[in-house]
Amino acid sequence: MTSPRPGTRDRENATDTATAETGGAAPTEPPRDDEPLLRLRGIGKSFGPVQALTDVDFDIPAGQVTALAGDNGAGKSVLIKCIAGIHAPEEGQMWWRGEPVHIHTPREAAELGIETVYQDLALCDNLDIVQNMFLGRERVNRGQLDEESMEKAAKETLASLAVTTVRSIRQPVASLSGGQRQSVAIAKSVLWNSKLVIMDEPTAALGVAQTQMVLELVRRLADRGHAVLIVSHNMNDVFEVADRIAILHLGRMAAVRPAAEFDRQIVVDLMTTGTSTRMVKPPTSAE
Amino acid sequence: MGNLDNLDSATETDDTAAATSALTPSEPSASAYMRAYFNRVKGGESGVLPVVAGLLLVSILFQSANSNFLTAGNLVNLLVQAAVFSLLAMGMVFVLLLGEIDLSAGFVSGVGGVIMAELVKPATGWPWWAAIAVGLLTCAAIGLLQGSLITRIGLPAFIVTLGGLLFWQGVMIKIVGEGGSLLIQDDVVNNIASGNLVPWAGWVVMLVIVGLYAISAWRHDARRRAADLVAPPRSVTLAKSVAALIGGAALVLLCNADRGRLVPVMGVPWVIILVFAVLALWTFLLGRTRFGRYVYAIGGNVEAARRAGINVAWVRTAAFGLCSLTAGIAGVVYASRLRSVSTALDGGTLVLYAVAAAVIGGTSLFGGRGKALAGVMGGIVIAAIDNGMGLLGFDASTKYMVTALVLLIAVTIDALSRRGKPALR
Repeated sequence: MTSPRPGTRDRENATDTATAETGGAAPTEPPRDDEPLLRLRGIGKSFGPVQALTDVDFDIPAGQVTALAGDNGAGKSVLIKCIAGIHAPEEGQMWWRGEPVHIHTPREAAELGIETVYQDLALCDNLDIVQNMFLGRERVNRGQLDEESMEKAAKETLASLAVTTVRSIRQPVASLSGGQRQSVAIAKSVLWNSKLVIMDEPTAALGVAQTQMVLELVRRLADRGHAVLIVSHNMNDVFEVADRIAILHLGRMAAVRPAAEFDRQIVVDLMTTGTSTRMVKPPTSAE
Repeated sequence: MGNLDNLDSATETDDTAAATSALTPSEPSASAYMRAYFNRVKGGESGVLPVVAGLLLVSILFQSANSNFLTAGNLVNLLVQAAVFSLLAMGMVFVLLLGEIDLSAGFVSGVGGVIMAELVKPATGWPWWAAIAVGLLTCAAIGLLQGSLITRIGLPAFIVTLGGLLFWQGVMIKIVGEGGSLLIQDDVVNNIASGNLVPWAGWVVMLVIVGLYAISAWRHDARRRAADLVAPPRSVTLAKSVAALIGGAALVLLCNADRGRLVPVMGVPWVIILVFAVLALWTFLLGRTRFGRYVYAIGGNVEAARRAGINVAWVRTAAFGLCSLTAGIAGVVYASRLRSVSTALDGGTLVLYAVAAAVIGGTSLFGGRGKALAGVMGGIVIAAIDNGMGLLGFDASTKYMVTALVLLIAVTIDALSRRGKPALR
């Protein structure tokens, strides 16, 4: 509601990033192994007779890109919706920065600093980039929209993410390419000083160059200190951008490990059967 | 930064407006600004250009057929005629922006006019302002009621307002009495549509309006420059202000010419000021407030609006309320122009003219695109066709058919311009 707070925070973020970039892309908040940004333990969710998630343990550290992979129906969407506050898990517990939390609505998730970029982007084609980025959280000055401060903040956020391909941030989103639209959607999610950005298939509808653009943007988010959870079917994307890979199989967490400990075949095996004979380490070392 | 420029160059093919790059805030030259404007027009954001072109075309056609069309008397008469259509259409813009429609607006305006007439008649004896206020509030309440049915229960707007079209016609007839009419004897009410400002007052009001416009435009640009953002070049803003002054002066000159037949009649009609006031108010509401932004957002992508935390049901209900409120203003003007309200008021035709006017003015039937100004411009076109064909001696049947054709042309232009837009998913 109040206008000045997000703006000042955003500016702080921008300067943080600047120093981080000059200092060799060190994350602003170094992830600690003992306390991840978000910790899930024993999460279970069922829809009537269908058990969508069973006893899922999952850690999401700050400053890293965590990829969530799994076959259709493995429970990826349900899991991210539990984190985003759309579904309430029936079992298990969540800790946000070490504090136990219960997220019941998307608004509560947003208040914690969890932003979700959905597959269909949730942008209004008829509004311009600034209007979309501030939609629902417009800054108001004496009853009037404060266009100047919003445009400035949007511009700074886009610049800090190196989204430089848009001609004018006052053009309607309808005139943007798919990659640019995705960039706007992602920039919108970081404008609010979010700490965890969840992305559902961010490259699904994009060409090669645009996929590259979005993946670099994802990388930059993590380098800024955000935790990024990215849901993807695309093995190329997963291996290119992810620091850690989590694989769901039939609602159970089959493995969560650093990306270096996987290869494509292992991931495919885990996605399709839940186990892999090619494993470098036994699955119990996952956590 | 800049390392991604080459990756997405496909979308930058006609990047003539490099000066307006999002991240290099430099003052664009006037010519670059105009080029960017023409690119936007080509891209389908044509604004009021088509309707202005249409208006010119209609004027030339009627003037060549009957030289009385472009006389001061007829043009002022035309603007007064247009006021009802323009007001109704401005209300309709609110619901069209949501991608909805309000078919009841014509008879809701009738109900507003009837209530006002009933309260202001000598037997009741209310003061004019109280009568008008109650009429308008009733209309707003009707709109909120219909809006609530649509948004809370989830009924289709088409059906609810089609029911409203019948129901409020019934209410109107009930109040007036079968086949009757209510005369209005209050001078203030009658002067809304038939009274004029004294000539010098017209000049003063025009200068004040143009001055306010120019000041707000300059201050807007100054704020953008102060915030280090791209602002239109000073020459363009100056040209716009001068154009507004010339347009305003032309309008006042036109209105101040003697247009009386027996006694001299001159001055700017009050109703033109009223239309300007409503236009300014609704333009502000739609363009500068959160509510207006949400109306556009809901019309563009209702799911995105909902996820952004916008109270979609409330905004939609309020839009129906505002549509009916504006229809009420139109009803008061309509009653004032006829100096009476009768059961002959054809709310069905009125509402279709209002939809036609809004669409002709450039409001999209698909939601998300349009302005209050579109309603005013479209209303003038509708009135021009109505007026011109009247001068040429055509009867109502031909008028209806021609108006319908103009509406079809406008919708076709709308659909084609959408097709011409780049990269609509």
